[in-house]
Amino acid sequence: MSLTPDEVRHIALLARLGISEEDVERFSSQLSSILDYFEELKQVDTDGVPPTAYALDLHNVLRADETAPCTDHADVLANAPLQENGYFRVRAILEE
Amino acid sequence: MTNDVLRLTMHEAADLLREGKVSSVELTQATFERIRAVNEQVNAFITESEETALAQAARADKMIAGGNENPLTGVPAAIKDAIVTKGVRTTAGSRILEPFVPVYDANVMTLLNEAGFVMIGKTNMDEFAMGSSGENSAFGPTHNPWALDRVPGGSSAGSAAAVACGMAYWALGSDTGGSVRQPGALSGVVGLKPTYGRVSRYGLIAFGSSLDQIGTLTRSVRDAATVLQAIAGHDQRDSTSVPIEVPDYNATIGEGVKGLRVGVPREYFVEGMDSEVREAVEKAVAQLEGLGAEIDTDVSLPSTGHALSVYYIIAPSEASANLARYDGVKYGFSYREGGSMWADMEGTRQYGFGEEVKRRIMIGTYALSTGYYDAYYLKAQKVRTLIRREFDAAFEKHDVLVAPVTPTAAFKIGEKIDDPLQMYLNDVCTIPVNIAGLPGISVPCGFATADDGARLPIGLQVIAKPFDEATMLRVAHAYEQSTTWHEEFPPL
Repeated sequence: MSLTPDEVRHIALLARLGISEEDVERFSSQLSSILDYFEELKQVDTDGVPPTAYALDLHNVLRADETAPCTDHADVLANAPLQENGYFRVRAILEE
Repeated sequence: MTNDVLRLTMHEAADLLREGKVSSVELTQATFERIRAVNEQVNAFITESEETALAQAARADKMIAGGNENPLTGVPAAIKDAIVTKGVRTTAGSRILEPFVPVYDANVMTLLNEAGFVMIGKTNMDEFAMGSSGENSAFGPTHNPWALDRVPGGSSAGSAAAVACGMAYWALGSDTGGSVRQPGALSGVVGLKPTYGRVSRYGLIAFGSSLDQIGTLTRSVRDAATVLQAIAGHDQRDSTSVPIEVPDYNATIGEGVKGLRVGVPREYFVEGMDSEVREAVEKAVAQLEGLGAEIDTDVSLPSTGHALSVYYIIAPSEASANLARYDGVKYGFSYREGGSMWADMEGTRQYGFGEEVKRRIMIGTYALSTGYYDAYYLKAQKVRTLIRREFDAAFEKHDVLVAPVTPTAAFKIGEKIDDPLQMYLNDVCTIPVNIAGLPGISVPCGFATADDGARLPIGLQVIAKPFDEATMLRVAHAYEQSTTWHEEFPPL
């Protein structure tokens, strides 16, 4: 299993991760050897075995639908890098 | 005040406080003196909170004077920087959260504050808990107090190192693949990971949500039981915290191991294991037999060898989803030179995340991507089922399992940092426990002597059935009390 530099760039794009050319090279060799290691799982017979998402046998957790105080507006914005008129400020999402 | 008071367990310190022989303010001041003397060499803290600690200590002294104390009241402790603390900066060891000051407390913090604890500061860690050595921190590596050129283990590196050398009486960590037990073993302290669902994850910065659990680093098993007692229990804000009763751990901790069925799974004695580690664990097993436990060394968990692959698919997959929230808009570091929304977001993540975090986001994104999901993520989840079933079968015949925590003692800083796979292999004995959601504890069981003469701690792992921390603590306590390893203190 070997990841090409283009595949590495594609995965970085999916993850919205900026990546330097140096990282592309390093990751393509490191990720390839990690994926090679994972190949050993193919030997395991998992026919008819259900997947485990997490270890608890707990399903459909319910609680009473009661109102409770929520986080203060000013607190929500307290760590915002940019804010304006009580909103998070972001760059334009739709370009003209 | 001499350094001797800093070597006490939490319970011993609490006794002195209750008897009026020392005040919480004095213990807190002594702890900060110790931090000023040695932390430059250890680098266990990202943020120290001396001012609030002294205020908490003064409050604790009043609680004690009024007879309203418990064993946590007034005893200085440290919190891993993955747990959010209202008003105290919380970074998860990452540049991307460097300026982040939480506006709410994790559930465990609310409980500890009610108990009157004193928070010394936030401890250094591998970024987002991704690492086995403490080297992957944006704030520099933590050093092992037993040998400063070596790692203390990770990812709860600062928590383990601080407890080991008297900069905190106990600490909280978090354990996704061994991140409490492994640094506990390499730093010579007790590291307890509760059952998945025992302690609320509300306010624990998410890494691998099906694996993460808050745990404790302490100087004794009894301290671990007491801190667990304080933080365990159902919390509506974490739907995976389980609404079942928490037993009184200290009520049964001293019942001994006579007649308990102890299994020793052979797959944990892996190829390449250090011979001194193997011998120390084998001696510990013999010690338990001498104490009356029924030892069965003919135990096999055949899928153990696949746990590492399963973990390094599932944890990065979950991480790649969890870490999508760091976009430079809501909080934390924000890159603004990109010229567009996407370029800013990509730049925020490029310059905000360290190399190991990026590597895991890449692995996880790949494993979850179209065309590869079945071969990696789904396959790993199926093998996860097999690993659980083998544990279930073993626990039909055994009350606990004992095993090594790590294949070797602490390695040198820098030794494995360029080889991710070698680094991942450190977790081979701790990961299966997270995959199956079981409780596990690491207890000091000896020392290895390195080539350069350094004396390096070794840990014994005790693993129990889901939600049976009580039996696990009994075994760990019985072993600990029949040895003197936990009384050793690093030369620092």
